[in-house]
Amino acid sequence: MKNTFPQTPNRRDALKQLASLTALLVGAGYSTFAQAAYNKAAFDSKSVNEAVKFQGGGGIAESKDILLNAPDYAENGAAVAIGMSTALAGVRKIMILIEKNPASLAASFEVSEFVEANFSTRVKMSQTSDVYAVAVMADGRALFSKKEVKVTIGSCGS
Amino acid sequence: MSEPTRIRAQAQGGKTTVRVLMSHEMESGHRKDGSGKIVPSWFIQEVSISLNGKVILDADFGPSVSKNPYLQFVIKGGKTGDKLSLAWKDNRGQTRTDEASVS
Repeated sequence: MKNTFPQTPNRRDALKQLASLTALLVGAGYSTFAQAAYNKAAFDSKSVNEAVKFQGGGGIAESKDILLNAPDYAENGAAVAIGMSTALAGVRKIMILIEKNPASLAASFEVSEFVEANFSTRVKMSQTSDVYAVAVMADGRALFSKKEVKVTIGSCGS
Repeated sequence: MSEPTRIRAQAQGGKTTVRVLMSHEMESGHRKDGSGKIVPSWFIQEVSISLNGKVILDADFGPSVSKNPYLQFVIKGGKTGDKLSLAWKDNRGQTRTDEASVS
C-alpha cells in the first residue's frame, strides 16, 4: 500500500500534461479549419450541376478514368458504401453527389500531393438515385462517373 | 462530450491505408421526431487530417454522410510510428481532435 503513495502525484502530473496537450491539439484543430472555408452554397445546392459549379468545376463531362464503386442495390439507405478513385494527375478535388437527395453534394475531398485520389465513405440515400463521383481538375474541368443505386428502404434524410 | 474518433492506419508497400470512424449523429435536418417535429440538422462539416503535424487532407461533409461517418483514404508514403491527427468541426461549432500512430 505504501508504495502507491509516491506514484499518485506522478499520475496527476501525467493527467495534467495530457489535458494541456489535448487543449493544444484542439487549438491546432481550429486553426487548420480557418484555411479552407466550408462551401455552404455548394452543400445547399439541389442539383449535381449547381453543386459542381459552386465547387469550381466547369464543363462537366463523363470520363472512364473516374472510378465509382457503389452497390447496385442498397437495402438500407441509411448507410450506403461508396468508393471513388482516379489515377489521373492534376486532380484538385473529388466529390460524391447523390442526385435525388434534398441536397446533392454529400462529401468533398481536397486532393493534396500527400494523398491518393482514392476515398471511401458511407452516405445516406433518401430514394433510388444516380450517384456521381466528380473530380475537379487543376484546369477547372469536372470529370464524372455515375451509377444508379436502387434503394429498398429509403432513409428520408435520417 | 463527443466520443473519440477511431483511427486505424497501416503502412504497407510504400503507402499507408487509413480507416477512420468518427462518432457523430449526423442529423440531416429532414427527419421528424416522434411528435412530428423536425429534428434540427447537426452534422460534421469539416474534417482536417494531419500527418506529423502537417495537414494532408481536408474534407467537407454535408448532412448526406451517414451517422458515425466512415472514411478510408490512402497516404502516399508514411511509416510506422508516424503521428496521424484528425480534427472535425460540426455545424454547431463543436470540435474534436484525436490522434493515432501509423502501424
